Amino acid sequence: MVAGCGSRDSDTASGSNAKSCVDTSKDTIKIGSLHSLTGTMAISEVTVANATKLAVDQINAAGGVLGKKLEVVLEDGASDPKTFAEKAEKLISSDCVAAVFGGWTSASRKAMKPKFESLNSLLYYPVQYEGLEDSKNIFYTGATTNQQIIPALDYLKQKGITSLYLVGSDYVFPQTANREIKAYAKANGIEIKGEDYAPLGSTDFSTIVNKVRTAKAGAVFNTLNGDSNVAFFREYANAGLKAADMPVVSVSIAEEEVGGVGVQNVAGQLTAWNYYQTVDTPQNKAFVTAYKAAYGANKPTSDPMEAAYTSVYLWKNTVEKAKSFAVADIQQAADGVSYDAPEGTVTIDGSNHHITKTARIGEIHPDGLIYTVWDSGKPIQPDPYLKNYDWAKGLK
Amino acid sequence: MDVLVGQLFTGLSLGSILLLAALGLSLTFGQMGVINMAHGEFIMAGCYTTYVVEQLISATGVALIVSLFVGFLVGGLLGAALEMGLIRWMYDRPLDTLLVTFGVGLVLQQAVRDIFGAPAKNVVAPHWLTGGLTIAGTVVPKTRIFIMVLAVAAVIALAAALETTPLGRRIRAVVQNRSLAETSGVSSRLTDVSTFFIGSGLAAVAGVALTLIGSTSPTIGQSYLVDAFLVVVIGGLGQIKGTVIAAFAMGLLNSFVEYSTTATVAKVIVFIVVVIFLQARPQGLFTVRTRSLA
Repeated sequence: MVAGCGSRDSDTASGSNAKSCVDTSKDTIKIGSLHSLTGTMAISEVTVANATKLAVDQINAAGGVLGKKLEVVLEDGASDPKTFAEKAEKLISSDCVAAVFGGWTSASRKAMKPKFESLNSLLYYPVQYEGLEDSKNIFYTGATTNQQIIPALDYLKQKGITSLYLVGSDYVFPQTANREIKAYAKANGIEIKGEDYAPLGSTDFSTIVNKVRTAKAGAVFNTLNGDSNVAFFREYANAGLKAADMPVVSVSIAEEEVGGVGVQNVAGQLTAWNYYQTVDTPQNKAFVTAYKAAYGANKPTSDPMEAAYTSVYLWKNTVEKAKSFAVADIQQAADGVSYDAPEGTVTIDGSNHHITKTARIGEIHPDGLIYTVWDSGKPIQPDPYLKNYDWAKGLK
Repeated sequence: MDVLVGQLFTGLSLGSILLLAALGLSLTFGQMGVINMAHGEFIMAGCYTTYVVEQLISATGVALIVSLFVGFLVGGLLGAALEMGLIRWMYDRPLDTLLVTFGVGLVLQQAVRDIFGAPAKNVVAPHWLTGGLTIAGTVVPKTRIFIMVLAVAAVIALAAALETTPLGRRIRAVVQNRSLAETSGVSSRLTDVSTFFIGSGLAAVAGVALTLIGSTSPTIGQSYLVDAFLVVVIGGLGQIKGTVIAAFAMGLLNSFVEYSTTATVAKVIVFIVVVIFLQARPQGLFTVRTRSLA
């Protein structure tokens, strides 16, 4: 059905028992933005909501989607998975949005997933995660493991690193990621010298750093989250450990966090992401300029922000290909839809609703920005279940 | 050997941090019996004071020393305001103080988030505190040595103040027998406010020290609150001597258990040991000997 003819898209929803209430009869179409605007995750998620808003404003200024202006309904998940689920339901059932852009933690995504599936709506989720998941109602626009962690391991191996020490926060993502890293290490002759988890929010790393120092590994793989990074890197630097001798590769410190950790404590250390503010593409120059113009010259852009910005454009391109705002039509049209994102061209893989992404290893410089030292050259096909890796057999 | 010395030092340093966090609480909770859940936020106030002072005085070495004094004042004033504004009406209602101060803590956290933003702020350690010293074959971060020295200094200062100054005598008198002290002409109101001022000021001093190792973020105080209460309870209410011993015992136990297991297991084991200890000795290591009948 062609949208904009005054009917309701629910008429075409096939194979779903839930009725969508998206109203396509007006000049505007509603979409939802659902992030933690308060609570512990606000530090990261507010900037992501800002990036979503930036894309919407640009699309509206350029004439909208299928002739309709976008209207954002902003909701606060309050860093609480239960609230995320409730607000998702509200956005879908009472605000009748065409799609929702949101979430950060795996816990928030896992809480929202059943709502999007039972109410048959769409979630665009913009953050790297531990993989081993897919849903026809979620588009995963952040990296899955084979687009971030595995390239980082490949990079270390190529640099001649033969042993690793794993340090992470004690919850889902680091433990799952480390299971995958250990399987990779076993298959590639890399020795795991140790594995330590700190409780979330933990701020005393003297014992862990002591263990790391005596283990003398080739590199440290860091999956710590949030404030723990501050304490960890301070202790690391104070204990006399240097990036030149034992580099730390982090998967959750982006430009925004470097300031809080203190650049003098992390300069020279490595990160693995798909996007940095310094990525040299015309699309990124335009993105960075527009973001700074809207939110302040000293505000950095980061990987999840770029993925959120890209999500809105991917949705727009899919809607235009489908010529419809209906969920079923978007799901049908999604395969192969691509967008020239700031990180490079990304393309939706219709079979698992993830997107192709270019992997980048970056080095943190004293100016607080991260510069690419290696990239995969071309976008990597998403493989959330690691089907193409023999060593990953048996991981669940 | 290297490991043993390293962990011994780690334990002592963790103990000093616990001691700094708990010292103020040994006054407000231990001596006055107020369950002050905002104590963690007074620690956080010390962290942010350091950040602000460092923005004003760019010489980080000077800024840190200045922050110790300014922090004490800021924490002290916050504590005095809390005592005069709310706690004074609920001395006989410990559960209510728990709820009220918990609320105050949340308000303070959100206020800091509104003023400074949610992301952690970076406090730069002075150059004379960067890097480490090699002691007995192991590298000991200078920041940790500084914190140990500070903890010892704070204990000596507090003990001296309680033992030798007129205010200290008044505090001890009011703690041991409030009505008798009042009959003798001691103003218990003024003493209560002063005790709270000192206790909260010490919390903020702990916060100043924490900027050297942890993050300056709105929730930093919460990470230390429970441990601080444990230290005071184990030490015996109102006993500085007990607080010192309990802090170092917990620090050492934690560091040695953590080295051979994991951080999470270490926390659990420390809790189990604490529970067993309190079963055997509910009053803590030491108790106040008084002649009062109460």
